[in-house]
Amino acid sequence: MQDREPVTLVEARGVRAGYGRSVVLEDVDFDLRGGERIAVLGPNGGGKSTLFRLLLGELEPFGGELVMNGAGAFVPQTERSRLDYPVSALDVALMGTLSRLPWWRPNGRRERRFAREALGRVGLAGLADAQFGELSGGQRQRVLVARALVQNAPILFLDEPFVGVDRPSEQLLEQLIVDLAAEGRGIMVATHDIEQTYRYDRVLCLNGRQVALGPPLQTLTREVLETTYGGAIVTLPDEGQTAAILPPHHH
Amino acid sequence: MHALLDPFAEPFMRRALIELLLLGVAGSLVGCWVLLYELAYSTESLAHALFPGLVAAALLGVPLLAGGAAGVLAAATAIALVVRTPVIARDTGVAVVITSLFGLGVVLALSPSAPPGLESLLFGDLLGVTRGDLVISGVLVAATAVAVVALHRPLLVAGFDRGSAGAFGAKPFLVDGALLMLIAVGVLVGVQALGNLLVIAMLVGPAAGARRLVERLPAMMGLATLLAWTAAIAGLYLSYYLDVAAGAAVASATVALFLIAALTGAFRHA
Repeated sequence: MQDREPVTLVEARGVRAGYGRSVVLEDVDFDLRGGERIAVLGPNGGGKSTLFRLLLGELEPFGGELVMNGAGAFVPQTERSRLDYPVSALDVALMGTLSRLPWWRPNGRRERRFAREALGRVGLAGLADAQFGELSGGQRQRVLVARALVQNAPILFLDEPFVGVDRPSEQLLEQLIVDLAAEGRGIMVATHDIEQTYRYDRVLCLNGRQVALGPPLQTLTREVLETTYGGAIVTLPDEGQTAAILPPHHH
Repeated sequence: MHALLDPFAEPFMRRALIELLLLGVAGSLVGCWVLLYELAYSTESLAHALFPGLVAAALLGVPLLAGGAAGVLAAATAIALVVRTPVIARDTGVAVVITSLFGLGVVLALSPSAPPGLESLLFGDLLGVTRGDLVISGVLVAATAVAVVALHRPLLVAGFDRGSAGAFGAKPFLVDGALLMLIAVGVLVGVQALGNLLVIAMLVGPAAGARRLVERLPAMMGLATLLAWTAAIAGLYLSYYLDVAAGAAVASATVALFLIAALTGAFRHA
C-alpha cells in the first residue's frame, strides 16, 4: 500500500441521507484519500453515525453521489459490545472474517493466524486467549480495532474510540491510527472532543448537514463550532488559549 | 451390576435413552444460543403457542412436525399483529396470544371427540418412543447440529453487538429468523419425549448449568450436552426405581444438575 499516489477512497458529492422519510444529514461533500485521517466532529444526533452507516453501505443515500473505492471496516464503541459473552479476544477478532468468508464456513487455520496477527498489530498478542469481558476498556477497544483489521479493508471507521478508555490506551490507539494511515488506509474517527481533532489531518463538522471541512487549525473557528454545536458553547476566561468548552455529553 | 443394567433390559427403556441422548445434543446446541440471545422465556412461550398446531396435527392424522410448524407460523403472526396494536402493551399482547393459543390447544385435546392419548403432547410419552420416532429425531438432530455449525459465525456476530452487526456482514433480522427456526425444531423434537410443558427444561437447563462453569462457547456446548446426558440417565433410573413419570424425572434431574452447576460456579468465583 506504500509509496503510491494516494488513491481517493471515498467521494461524496452533495449526499443526503436519513431514515424512513426524515432527512438527518445533507450537503455532505468530501473526499477521503488513502493515508488520510479525518476527524468527524459533531453533537449527538448530528449525523456522525448516519454518515458511517452510509459509508459502510448499511444505508442508501436519498440523493447526491457517493462513490466508495474500497470496502470499509468498522470499529464500534466498546460500550456497545457484550461483556458477558463467552468469547476470547481471538474469537472477537475472528468475527471480522464474516464479511470476507461465506457465512456458513467455519474459520480455518488461515483465519486464526490472520486474527492473531491483527491482535499482535494492536499490541495484544499475549492476550489473544483472554476472556473479552475481562479486558480493560482500552484493551477491548484495541480488540475491536483488530477485528476491523481482520476485515482487511482499505477504509477504517472508528466511532468514538476514546470513550471509556484510559490515558495510556488512548495514546496507544492514537499511535495505532497514525500507523494504520501510514500504510495507506483512509481513516475516519467520530468524536465529541474538539481538542482531539487537532491531531487529525482534516476535520469534518456535522450538525444535520456538513458545516465545515478542512485542516483543524484553520477550520475550527468560533463560528464553525457554534454552528456545529448549535451555539451551546461557553467561553472560557482565557480566551485565545482554550476557545471553548462543551457541555458534558450524555448517551 | 444388575441394579445398573436392569432398567435397560427392556427395549422401550433403551429407546427412551437413545431418544434422550439425541435430544441432549439438540437441546444443548440450541439452548446455548437461547441463553446468549436471552430467549429462554420466548422459547417457553413458543412451546406453548405451537400446542394447538400439534393437537390439530394429531386430530387430522398428519405428522406432528407439520402441525408444529403451522403452529409456530400462526403464533408468530398473531404475536406480530398484537404487538402492533397501539392500545395493548407489548408483553401483555404476547401473554394474551400465548395463553389463548395454549388454551385453544387444551380445549381441542380434551374435547370428547378427541382420540385418547393426546395428553401425551402435554407431558410427553418418553417410554412410548418407537423406532420410527428415533429415526425422525436422529435426522432432525443431525440437521440441527449442521445448522448450528453453519450459523455459528453470524449468530456470534449478531449476538455480540446487534447495532453494528450489519457492518460485519451479519443481518440480525435473518439471524433471528434462523434462530427461531432452530428453536422451533428443538421444541418439536423435544415434544415427543418430554411433552409441551417439560421441553423447556431440555432447552434451557443444561446450557444454563454449563454457562456457570465454562467461559467459551464450544466448551459450553460440550458440557451442556454432557449435563443433558447425565440428567437423561439419572432421570431414567429415577423413573424405573421410584416408579415416577419418565419425562418429569428427566426434567427434574436436569434442574437438579443446573442447581449443582450453579452452586459449583458460585463457589469457584467466590
